[in-house]
Amino acid sequence: MQEDNKKENKNDRRDFLKKGLLGGSVLAAGAIGLNRVFAGEKVKVVSPDGKVYEASADNLKEFHPKPVTNDEARKGIAGKKFVMVIDESKCDGCKKCTEACQAMHFTESDREWMKVFTMKDSDATAPYFFPKPCFHCDNPPCTKVCPVNATFKRQDGIVLIDNERCIGCRMCMAACPYSTRFFNWSHPDPKQTAAIGDAPYSPESSYPRRMGTVEKCDFCPDMLRQGKMPACVSSCPMDAIYFGDQNEDAVTNASGVTVKLGQLLEDNAGYRHMEELGTEPRVYYLPPKNRKYPIPDVKNAEKGKKSKKMPGMDNGAMQM
Amino acid sequence: MTNDNFDLKKEIAILEEDCLRPTRTFGRSTQIWVGALLVVIGWGLYCFIHQLSHGLGVTAMRDYVSWGLYISTFVFFIGISHSGTLVSAILRITKQEWRRPITRSAELLTFVSLCFGGIQPIIDLGRPDRIANLVIFGRLQSPLIWDIISICTYFAGSTVFLFLPMIPDMALCRDRLTVVDSRFKRFKKWLYTFMAIGWTGTKSQWHRLEKTMNIMTIVIIPVAVSVHTVVSYIFAMTLRPGWDSTVFGPYFVAGALYSGSACVILGMAAFRKLYHLEKYITPRHFDLIGRVVLALTLIYAYLNLNEYWIPAYKMATAEGHLLSDLFYGSYSKVFWTCQFGTVLLPILIMSFPKGRKIGPLVVTCIIIAAGAWVKRYLIVVPTLLHPFMPIQEVPAAWSSYFPNYVEFSVTAACLAGIFLVITLFSKIFPMMAVWEVAEGIELDHDKKVAIEIREERVITDETELARIATLKNGQVTPTASLNETL
Ligand code: SF4
Ligand code: SF4
Ligand code: SF4
Repeated sequence: MQEDNKKENKNDRRDFLKKGLLGGSVLAAGAIGLNRVFAGEKVKVVSPDGKVYEASADNLKEFHPKPVTNDEARKGIAGKKFVMVIDESKCDGCKKCTEACQAMHFTESDREWMKVFTMKDSDATAPYFFPKPCFHCDNPPCTKVCPVNATFKRQDGIVLIDNERCIGCRMCMAACPYSTRFFNWSHPDPKQTAAIGDAPYSPESSYPRRMGTVEKCDFCPDMLRQGKMPACVSSCPMDAIYFGDQNEDAVTNASGVTVKLGQLLEDNAGYRHMEELGTEPRVYYLPPKNRKYPIPDVKNAEKGKKSKKMPGMDNGAMQM
Repeated sequence: MTNDNFDLKKEIAILEEDCLRPTRTFGRSTQIWVGALLVVIGWGLYCFIHQLSHGLGVTAMRDYVSWGLYISTFVFFIGISHSGTLVSAILRITKQEWRRPITRSAELLTFVSLCFGGIQPIIDLGRPDRIANLVIFGRLQSPLIWDIISICTYFAGSTVFLFLPMIPDMALCRDRLTVVDSRFKRFKKWLYTFMAIGWTGTKSQWHRLEKTMNIMTIVIIPVAVSVHTVVSYIFAMTLRPGWDSTVFGPYFVAGALYSGSACVILGMAAFRKLYHLEKYITPRHFDLIGRVVLALTLIYAYLNLNEYWIPAYKMATAEGHLLSDLFYGSYSKVFWTCQFGTVLLPILIMSFPKGRKIGPLVVTCIIIAAGAWVKRYLIVVPTLLHPFMPIQEVPAAWSSYFPNYVEFSVTAACLAGIFLVITLFSKIFPMMAVWEVAEGIELDHDKKVAIEIREERVITDETELARIATLKNGQVTPTASLNETL
């Protein structure tokens, strides 16, 4: 990984010099950084070789690190087993994770790869927030059914989609039991397309998106290659999301606190959603015990449900 | 005996005339009918092109209901395609003599519904332009690939199954064409000659035809069963409530036979009336195939019971939500209409001999066909609206589904396509297997004699020479000439 990074940095630098662009960490952090910069403002940027420059925001341009080859993207990062832990006792449902994800991947607002559900398992139990990315299952029902191997499982545990190969049969959407996948029903939003610019496609960045193909949460592998956290993790103000490598037994949250994965799960009775389905998710949850926020309003859960209320159904939330 | 033979000859000559007559005309009403179908197809094509250029977003499908009318129609059409196998193969194997006048239309129905069923998933693809990926990157572990393989096999098989018994008829058409005046005589002459592939009716030709038919009959049955089994697998191989069912394979096969056989009756009734085949397709035929449909409906009802009653008894969480929506929720009216109106009611009607008379039987079969189509929809859509994760805070269009005009137009065009192909086919080719029916008439006359004829046919050369001679005259039929030689 270290090696990879160095090599990439070299490439980056060449691009950087050739195009006369100001690249750097602000830029590499992607659209989130850029969105908040106003024209004319002076900002500090760090170039890939670590030097700090001051530059006018007008000169800043979207910087896309050169993506890895399709073969690399299908193999994944050697030696890693990525894992996520979401602490329901900390999540207050602010949806910053969803927003960061959407900015990172140029998704439309109705498209929530990281979706925050309001769950209530039964009448007597207390509601809680349930942020749900793709679980990157170890026994993924979605990749099994793909007729063309357009969606695949990598050695580092990540499940990705190659939208240059996907034929749009939506077999994988039917197969995923967690409603994780989205379909590009129409031409992508021109505003988003403009924002993406001429970035080359890679299954690791999931954009530019293409009509008639499937997309979903990708665990931000392009960030991971740069040694950075997925967008949702680093944007969570409650430090509710941990991310890391199972092989190292270490996970880190937005504040940079690194804890032992095994210990975290053991101390907090970690579990996986719907274990009985046998999909072996790579995302663990910590139960909402001693929560650090007010009890959620279950009315959230009602929105968007089928208009007719079904008898025998509690507030739309399902049990685990 | 001589008297008998004379009658037989005349009868078969009349049969041939009755079968060939529709192929010589293309009347006003046919023209209007074909024109109307072309309009529907044209509009459907326009909608499909619209869908191609703007994406599937022009349909009512969204991320929760990601399969809708197209996939339901796929299951329905593929189901109909079981009709040909049922009538031709199963009834042939069980030596049901009454099958003879209806085999051709059943086999045709199989062929056409497979064509139009097979294109449904392609219409439903997000990227039909990448269809070659299925070959380049195809993986055997995907149920979709199983579907493609088995549907293609079945398609090839049923094309052969349709074509084989047509060969002697093509020869007949070819030889008869010379004496009648026809509008597309040149084309027809070429077509019939081509399709008859040099059939002269020699004993070795008959022998080979019968042998191949026997093999095909046996081969096609497991293929047909496999087709609808793997169609069910695209659902049953998922973990979704309502689809995650071990009974889905047989359930789909039974549903296919139930709807397919009903459609055969509809085809029979239509051709009988339009082409004046009352003499050959008699109330007795309707009574007999009515019994078959009754038996198949009973099997289908039994599987319905298993499919719904077992999970309904347990009401496991996710399954329970789906079932309550079907039983007393937003789909309950349609669901119970389907179960009572199109399964139990037909059983009741067809149980009585009066219900198997032509009129009531046709009405029942229309109900069955429509019900089967709606039932496919009820299998596909409600499950998608009841995922494990709750549907929360999504645009209103995502949390419900009803097909919109694009989907209806494209589907209607496919249905019109089925009618068009059948109509054109029946205007070029005889809709009854002439030689098979003729053979049936002979058998009716005297079973014993007929058996001798068959043996004779295989053994002597004299009969063959006589037959070829008469064939060349183009006046006496091959089968009749056989009788003469006796
Ligand atoms: S959550 Fe769904 S899309 Fe993600 S890996 Fe599991 S089955 Fe596939
Ligand atoms: S929609 Fe695309 S990724 Fe999903 S199963 Fe079909 S081809 Fe594979
Ligand atoms: S950003 Fe953190 S606290 Fe906010 S919804 Fe997401 S996981 Fe919960």
